[in-house]
Amino acid sequence: MSNNAEMPAPGVAMQHFVRDSEFDPASVEKLTPEQEKIFFASQTRLMWWKFKKHKLALWSGIFLIILYGSIMFSEFLAPYGLNNRHVDFIHAPAQSLHLFHEGEFIGPFVYGTTYKLNMENLQRTYTPDTSKVQKIRFFCHGESYRYWGVWKSDLHLYCPAKDGTLFLHGTDRLGRDVMSRMIYGARISLTIGLIGITISFILGISIGGIAGYYGGMADMVIQRVIEVLQSIPSVPLWLALAAIMPVTWSPLIVYFGITIILGLIDWTGLARAVRSKLLALREEDYVLAAQLMGAKPQRIIGRHLVPGFMSHLIATATITIPTMILGETALSFLGLGLRAPITSWGVLLTEAQNINAVALYPWLLYPVVPVIMVILAFNFLGDGLRDAADPYK
Amino acid sequence: MLSYIIRRVFIMIPTLIMISALIFTIMEWPPGNYFDTYIAELEAQGEAADLKEIEELRIEHGFDKPPIGRYFHWVTGLLQGDMGYSFEYELPVQDVVGSRLWLTLLVSFVSVFFTWVIAFPIGIYSATHQYSWGDYGLTFVGLLGLATPNFLLALIFMYFANIWFGISIGGLMDVEFKNQDMSWAKAVSILEHLWIPVVIIGTAGTAAMIRRLRANLLDELQKQYVTTAKAKGLHPFKALMKYPLRMALNFFISDIGSLLPAMISGAEVTAIVLSLETTGPLLIRALKAQDMYLAGSFLMVLASFTVIGVLISDIALAMLDPRIRLQGGSTK
Repeated sequence: MSNNAEMPAPGVAMQHFVRDSEFDPASVEKLTPEQEKIFFASQTRLMWWKFKKHKLALWSGIFLIILYGSIMFSEFLAPYGLNNRHVDFIHAPAQSLHLFHEGEFIGPFVYGTTYKLNMENLQRTYTPDTSKVQKIRFFCHGESYRYWGVWKSDLHLYCPAKDGTLFLHGTDRLGRDVMSRMIYGARISLTIGLIGITISFILGISIGGIAGYYGGMADMVIQRVIEVLQSIPSVPLWLALAAIMPVTWSPLIVYFGITIILGLIDWTGLARAVRSKLLALREEDYVLAAQLMGAKPQRIIGRHLVPGFMSHLIATATITIPTMILGETALSFLGLGLRAPITSWGVLLTEAQNINAVALYPWLLYPVVPVIMVILAFNFLGDGLRDAADPYK
Repeated sequence: MLSYIIRRVFIMIPTLIMISALIFTIMEWPPGNYFDTYIAELEAQGEAADLKEIEELRIEHGFDKPPIGRYFHWVTGLLQGDMGYSFEYELPVQDVVGSRLWLTLLVSFVSVFFTWVIAFPIGIYSATHQYSWGDYGLTFVGLLGLATPNFLLALIFMYFANIWFGISIGGLMDVEFKNQDMSWAKAVSILEHLWIPVVIIGTAGTAAMIRRLRANLLDELQKQYVTTAKAKGLHPFKALMKYPLRMALNFFISDIGSLLPAMISGAEVTAIVLSLETTGPLLIRALKAQDMYLAGSFLMVLASFTVIGVLISDIALAMLDPRIRLQGGSTK
């Protein structure tokens, strides 16, 4: 002992003693700066460090942020309007992007097309006309639109050359630009999952929380309800619920109706997870302490129990968003999903639902690319989040 | 154990009652009924509807009574094994569903089998080689299957199967076998067509199964008994297969119950695209046309299968894993 001087002599009673110097908990074992950084880091910071290591998840996250950011500016990003028809270009194939014309660098441009009706099989044929070079303009004034339906503007990120066309992903049966429709479709497809998951989250946590915390009779009843919902295949449930929505509803209300349906059916899995977690956690001492101090069950569940595994729940939720996006495509495919003029990727894909599309107009299948990419990104992000949710592991 | 089983069987009764009530509500909720649509359709085509005949049908099937009366009419019928009458096919529901049910079960079971055969080795490999290129690559391929909408996959498969192998587009057998009795040639024809729906339906489930097997096995592999087994010199293969894998398989058993509705949902859209003679398209058609006894009774049969499946998996789990039995008392 270094401070022996303060100790009383042997045999003498010890006086009441308070040391003046400040107490240093690390006096015995000094922490290195690196250790200090880890030991004093907050939970979120630890999770972020762990998450950063999962490169694929990190990039998926960035990709999704960019994509979700893009839906704020769909009108600006799309070269054409959502419903603008080009009657001279029906089922026109994709125009490919070029940089060089006859060995000379021009910048991004497309070749114009010449249209001919093949009289033998009545098929429209479009051939690129290499004499017409149509340079793409950037930050240009093109078709006018109403930004979010309110502000009038005609500024676009890129637009076709004057009197030219720019169908990077071809056109559909009404001559509408598939690329622009995909950009607008993102707005609906991406938000449908978010709203749906919010509903399913609220229902799952509160109902699962009640079942897990109270146990006994409440648990029994809720378990049965979940079993009932899970024992009916989800497609008939969607169908039936979608059929309940009156035809007179405006497409926008139908959109909200569908998100609610997707949420109403999805919560059961989450509720089960919450329940089984709470059944174990409610035995912890801190719950008993909270109960003894008179906290209401609502507070114990919401304040003490659920935050303990919230990160896990978020990771689970991330993985279920794709189910909703796919659910919407399936519903739209069956003709019970969204209706025009609301356009989602699922609605776009219904155009491609017959074998003709695959054989003759394969560019109508392009909207499946963003669907697959978003679903993959959400899955990787969810994986990364789940690993990061428990940074001590 | 016996008391657990008895309790579990008795719990099934309220569950089934709730299911029947829910299904009936779903059938009943959309405005109008089959007859209204039918009359409207006939009038739209300019034909005079035989109102008297329709009125007789309406009364025979209890449509003059309030919904609650119809519900009891339907449920008592079900209890006596009478699934009701399909207005659209003008046949008892049993006859409409019967022939298709076997094909559905065939497609579902082969798909499940396919999923397991693919997912099993991949899941084990991914868990034992965590974060390797193989793990990433296989997970990616699995996810790709999950991410592609089923109907699109079906369309593309159908197109290329026709171009490359000359298999007729759609259906579960060549057209000439459709109304024939089972024969060797018909069985071969079914097998030739079966792989397309099986691969399409199976791919969606495979990714999920791989990831769950991987996650469960990873949890087990970290436990100390595995280290002990390895330290004692047990062959690595045995130290994987004999204990951790068995423990990781609990979820397979608990999935038995929910397998059927999941498979049926996944298969419906595919079946429509491929025009399979399974129950999926039938069910969707019935739901759209409000052919309520056909849709309702069929959903009820499916749901009962599921409830029984869940019961079997619960009992099996409780037998295999005593920890399960201890859950679920009420708060102190």
